[in-house]
Amino acid sequence: MKFLATVIQRDILLATRRRGDWLTAQFFFVLVVSMFPLGIGPDPAVLRMIGPGVIWVAALLATLLSMSRLYADDHRDGTLEQMMLSPYSNIVLALGKSIAHWIINGIPLLVIAPLLGIQFGLAGKVLWILMLSLAIGTPILSLLGSIGAALTLGLRGGGVLITLLILPLYVPVLIFGAGAVEGTLAGIGAEANLSLLGAFLVLSLLLAPWVSATALKISLE
Amino acid sequence: MLTANNLSCERGERLLFRNLNLELNEGEALLVRGANGHGKTSLLRILCGLSAPASGEVFWCGESIRAAKETYGKEMAYVAHSNGIKEELTPLENMVLSARLCGRGLDMETAESALAQLGLARCMDLPSRVLSFGQRRRVTLAGLLTAGALLWILDEPLTGLDVSGVAMVEQMIRDHVAAGGMIIATTHHALELGDLKPKTLTVGESA
Repeated sequence: MKFLATVIQRDILLATRRRGDWLTAQFFFVLVVSMFPLGIGPDPAVLRMIGPGVIWVAALLATLLSMSRLYADDHRDGTLEQMMLSPYSNIVLALGKSIAHWIINGIPLLVIAPLLGIQFGLAGKVLWILMLSLAIGTPILSLLGSIGAALTLGLRGGGVLITLLILPLYVPVLIFGAGAVEGTLAGIGAEANLSLLGAFLVLSLLLAPWVSATALKISLE
Repeated sequence: MLTANNLSCERGERLLFRNLNLELNEGEALLVRGANGHGKTSLLRILCGLSAPASGEVFWCGESIRAAKETYGKEMAYVAHSNGIKEELTPLENMVLSARLCGRGLDMETAESALAQLGLARCMDLPSRVLSFGQRRRVTLAGLLTAGALLWILDEPLTGLDVSGVAMVEQMIRDHVAAGGMIIATTHHALELGDLKPKTLTVGESA
């Protein structure tokens, strides 16, 4: 437990020392989402229809952008090896890194998302559902992404490879996450989609750290 | 304490060494020798548990190191080629953080005195990225002093150090072994170890 807290604190401290890197992913998210209304035109009906999907796709891409460095920086300076040799389980290490990634990159996304939603004419309850779906969905992105980051560790061109490996795994999150918001817009309600998203979160919380730890071990051999 | 039986190591398709046995007890040092690319680093990584050997097993106090990660992680300290310090953090922060990640508390005074002992008293509060390569190496070695580990596994500890740094490491090694500690090290330099007579092991000849 203490180890978990230390790993999370460490990554947050490092992120505060390197704010430029941290802001890149957030700005990317804002810019990608803002391009769509400019390109498609101001028709409110169209914008409302594509809004949830666009925000969710941009969230996936912004997560991937920061994901390739989750383990790569620590691998380069040797701190990852030292952490792997600590007396604690590597599964806790992978879990801590994923949680830290979510706090650093996931939470800002879900804070910015409602503001961007306004650009697409989403309002009121729909914005709340958008935030809620991102709040359940972005931890899944961090957890699954850590598997890809661990698998591609030390490979040249790892950044592209991680996208190819992980985007297919993100598909269910995208479908249920954007589906929840679209369901609310259509008046069907979001409960079914959000429940499935929640189930997916529990599943990835159980499995992803374990898979990441195994992948790290293989990558470091 | 530390024993290894019939270790073999393969890299790619190539066999680096085969049927390597070693035993190390308290108050003993072992120097691993061998030419470049003959498996010194691979051997050390196997001994500290980062890589799995192609065959054979490493035991700590009679228990396989894979099963004994919790005790072995506390009693073993590994200094790799890379220094294992974060450039964004100061040497002090680095030391406190690595101690906490190993489940130890480290108070500021101990950390400061270890850094001062290694000649880093003036740069404790600077970000590590402005330090020279040799100074970063010294931060890593200061971490070793405070780690309280029984077994030190050192991969080329002298890289980047100046003359006084080398003398300091030699003194650290002598003190550690005299206090009953164990050391496994690779180095291309001849170490001045005084009365201490380390065992030696040459890897890669049989392959």
